[in-house]
Amino acid sequence: MAILVDHNTRVICQGMTGWAGTHYSAAMMEYGTNVVGGVRLGKGGSHHLNLPVFDTVAEAITVTGANASMIFVPPPTAADAMIEAIEAEMPLVVALTERVPVQDMLRVRDCLKGSRTVLVGPNSQGILAPGLCKIGVMATGSERKGEIGVISRSASLTSEVTAQLSRAGLGQSTTVGIGGDAIHGLSMRDCFELFLRDPDTGGVVVIGEIGGAEEQELAEFVAETRPDIPVVALVVGRHAPAERRMGHAGAFQKGVGDAQSKIDALAAAGAIIASSPHLVGETMRQALQLKAA
Amino acid sequence: MKLQEFQAKAQLAGYGIAVPKGQVALTSEDALATARSLGSSHLAVKAQIQAGGRGLAGGVRLVAGAEEAAQAAGALLGSRLATAQTGPQGRQVRQVLVEEAIQSSRNLYLSLSIDAVTGEVVVLAGAEGSDNIEDRLLRGEARLESLPLGAGRELDRKQALELAMRIGLGAELAHRFADLLERLRRAFTELDATLIEINPLAVTARDEFVALDAKIILDDNALFRHPDLAALADEDGDEIEIVAQRRNLNYVRMDGNVGLVVNGAGLGLATLDMVRAANGRPANFMDIRTTATSLDVAFGFTLLLNNPAVRSILVNVHGGGMQPCDIIADGLGVAMRRTGRSCPTVVRLDGNNAEYARFRFDNFGCKVIDCPDMWTAATRAVAAANA
Repeated sequence: MAILVDHNTRVICQGMTGWAGTHYSAAMMEYGTNVVGGVRLGKGGSHHLNLPVFDTVAEAITVTGANASMIFVPPPTAADAMIEAIEAEMPLVVALTERVPVQDMLRVRDCLKGSRTVLVGPNSQGILAPGLCKIGVMATGSERKGEIGVISRSASLTSEVTAQLSRAGLGQSTTVGIGGDAIHGLSMRDCFELFLRDPDTGGVVVIGEIGGAEEQELAEFVAETRPDIPVVALVVGRHAPAERRMGHAGAFQKGVGDAQSKIDALAAAGAIIASSPHLVGETMRQALQLKAA
Repeated sequence: MKLQEFQAKAQLAGYGIAVPKGQVALTSEDALATARSLGSSHLAVKAQIQAGGRGLAGGVRLVAGAEEAAQAAGALLGSRLATAQTGPQGRQVRQVLVEEAIQSSRNLYLSLSIDAVTGEVVVLAGAEGSDNIEDRLLRGEARLESLPLGAGRELDRKQALELAMRIGLGAELAHRFADLLERLRRAFTELDATLIEINPLAVTARDEFVALDAKIILDDNALFRHPDLAALADEDGDEIEIVAQRRNLNYVRMDGNVGLVVNGAGLGLATLDMVRAANGRPANFMDIRTTATSLDVAFGFTLLLNNPAVRSILVNVHGGGMQPCDIIADGLGVAMRRTGRSCPTVVRLDGNNAEYARFRFDNFGCKVIDCPDMWTAATRAVAAANA
């Protein structure tokens, strides 16, 4: 099985009628995801990609029984779309939009407190459970079904690591892009906890980078729980120039959040550190072999 | 986006926060006129560059009278100022701020920022503000008191007063401090700032607060809400990096000889790390955003081909759903034809359309060194650069 998604996942797309929403909804349907409708205020009652379009998320839930939403709304209104979905008590919200203003995310975080919604993203590539469900923008073809969970702050490295794992003969239970922004929903630690509770996940790869302290928070949790499945970590950005924003809003160096302190914390907690970005799949293969021996 | 000091002070003044009277000057004649109009004999002439540590580097001159102000302006304008934050090459001073020098009885520190760890707005306040506050904090010689504001939409006055007490302000000053903090909080939210720092914040003999320096960083992602601020020229920014941004490339210039072309921020950071691990020196960081077209990618390659320091190019691409590998191949082909230049190019292609991209390289007549994995590619690129 997988985390966050399963056979009963019914997805609506907020912003489906736009270019990205159309393109990726179609690609997801082709992959086998059960997309049941779209939301676009003002276009309620029409059809797009042969699916019903609704004015509001609440209406879409009532009519289609959707239990997951993905957001392709442009930055100026992306936060409002997230808040609408949270207020409609959507169980899972995956926000793909990049470049959401940080103060808007402060509002979203306030709204998340006490709600039952799991927000993944924004600036996430989405969730992929090979052979089961894809909610997001990732390319498919190099993934395969299996037992490794992947938690990542980077879309490009997720694709890379997924391909490495498959080449090493290791499939994936679920890959989760938690997002590259400083303020986002599901944290590394909480995502890891979901994988621990999943009986079909036999190892977890964590892909971290400079900025923030989520890797340290995860390290604390790993140290406390001492999981009996291998945890392999890759943290990139050791050689990033200081005080520069490196593509991801969450990834800037400023005294805190440097790569080495994250690596040290994870290693001390018992995670296995991949010695180079090209060795993640191989490191996990060896870790599993060692455990089996 | 960072604002210059004079721009930041103008914004703060708009929120009713007191700043010294002054004006920006581009020439020493301008500076003389401004200094005369200020009518004060104690003046400050401050280099306007977007980097901290100006005071210690001689970028802030306290002078007596208009003539001296003009002299100080003349000395600063056009010079390169190297501070602890600019690196040894420094920044060219193109404008100076001429303002009245304020006599303060104490200097405080005050800032609002978004805490990178908790993701909340936090006020930091200190009893002693100064130029080298970062160093003193690290050495444990200064301390800052913090007050988390959550989403930052409201300020609890009682908490603000307590914060004032914690940095040693008396009852009357504490009330003024709370007023100031409320104004700053409003500015922070309305400007979509990620940092507002007033250091030093002067307390005058008449118990008034004056912002002697001001630093504001705005959220680039929110500039669409502030066309007026977006239009302020980022004169200290690296011109090439700004143009690259418009071409959907996150590009950061570095000082090595291996040019990097990578799609994705995470893979870009990973590539930097691998080149360094292979004892190479990257010439840049590049993250080709998923929205980039092959012509945008060609622009990125052109930057590298036109950089005489670049001795080899490393292409590390994992083709995604929206950006298959062939877009990158076309980019290189176009750039080579346009510039008529070439450079030893090592490629690692994986993912969507990797095979087709190899075919496109052939079509364009690009001779590339094709490597099966990222590490092999990194070591080959480093070897080619050092050959």
